[in-house]
Amino acid sequence: MSQVKTIKVNAIKNGTVIDHIAAGKVLKVIDLLNLTGDNSVMLGMNLSSNKIGKKDIIKIENRELSKEEANSIALISPSATLIIINDFEVVNKTSLEMPEYIEEHIICPNPKCITNSEEIPSKYYINNAEPATARCLYCEKKYLVEDLKIKI
Amino acid sequence: MKNLISMRDLSKEDIMQLMDTAAKIEKGEIVPNMQRKLAALLFFEPSTRTMFSFDTAMKRMNGDTIIMSGAKNTSAKKGETFADTLQTIAQYSDIIIMRSPTEGAARYAAEVVDLPVVNAGDGANQHPTQALLDLYSIIKTQGKLDNLKIGLAGDLRFGRTVHSLAQAMAVFGADFKFISPSFLQMPEYIKDDLIEQNIKFEEFKDIEGNIDDLDILYVTRIQKERFADPEDYEKVKGSYVLNKTMLGNVKDNFKVLHPLPRVDEIHTDVDDTKFAYYFPQAKNGVYTRQAIISILLGEV
Ligand SMILES: [Zn+2]
Repeated sequence: MSQVKTIKVNAIKNGTVIDHIAAGKVLKVIDLLNLTGDNSVMLGMNLSSNKIGKKDIIKIENRELSKEEANSIALISPSATLIIINDFEVVNKTSLEMPEYIEEHIICPNPKCITNSEEIPSKYYINNAEPATARCLYCEKKYLVEDLKIKI
Repeated sequence: MKNLISMRDLSKEDIMQLMDTAAKIEKGEIVPNMQRKLAALLFFEPSTRTMFSFDTAMKRMNGDTIIMSGAKNTSAKKGETFADTLQTIAQYSDIIIMRSPTEGAARYAAEVVDLPVVNAGDGANQHPTQALLDLYSIIKTQGKLDNLKIGLAGDLRFGRTVHSLAQAMAVFGADFKFISPSFLQMPEYIKDDLIEQNIKFEEFKDIEGNIDDLDILYVTRIQKERFADPEDYEKVKGSYVLNKTMLGNVKDNFKVLHPLPRVDEIHTDVDDTKFAYYFPQAKNGVYTRQAIISILLGEV
């Protein structure tokens, strides 16, 4: 039995592909990366994937995401992979690493936390155990990363 | 050490340095001089006892205090930010000692101002000076902090004091007995932390019969308001009141601690036994806070 792969999203010449995003999470990733500039962005949703069943995908033309930018995506979908394209060739393919420290993107779920009463960015330390947890620098509460709301 | 915000920031060495300094201050071996030093006591949430303890600590060292108490933020009405309030007070004083109902407020204050900041309690989060004075009381009565058998009784769910103490004593390899009504048990996240550190604990529902092998029993108040039905409170209340008759077979070195104020969870007939240590514990709070202030201001 051979499986036929259909390309549902056009190839890009130069830029970044974020593949294997958990299905339904792609819009959150776009918000997180602030992809509102000049770059062309293509996205696919609910594509079939041998690896994770259903997946979302983003292709960003002419922008190479930094390792840090890419790793923050791990908060939304740790399964995602990062592919750098140069002249239609894959030059680098890496899986994401959960960052150790995240500033601003996490909304602290603790209503008594100072980050929810003052205009200050949240600061979170991530413990990449199984399951990954995150602790607020300010109120020191610990949460499962998958339960956290990401600020967009 | 630049600030004292959370017990999490302290190494075992930091703690032992603080214990040592408090002991030397108590014995008069070192006499820190805070003449012309001013501590700003910012109590955005009132706590008379903690405030008095810091005020006493500063004044016992010839220092002085300015006090803001009660209001969440005296300038909030005028639209001033918390950061601006802190910056302004930092111009007047040498050290900021702060209590707030907002969790993380002291950590944030330490980021905003250049002065040392002491956390005197931030909501349900941390109250490190209480934890340190508890440790000082333990080391004074037991001669050590390592490998002690500690009972924590009362409201273990909402009691910030018992959480900090459990975390602090875990560093020293304590063995715990948690004594509480089932719905006021030690929270899972604290128990998870202890399990991660290979710390042993057992859970019980009565004080009576569970204290004979302890070195320390730390009693806290169970607030009636925690119970949905006042009758449930009346039913279990007796299990969490320590009285003299329960002390018949306790160890010779056994001591009873309590953060105070006490209501009725320790019967007054315990007070004149050699096991009662809650009033000296309050006095230890002054030595501990003197040590903290002195270390942060570089006076020892
Ligand atoms: Zn927080």
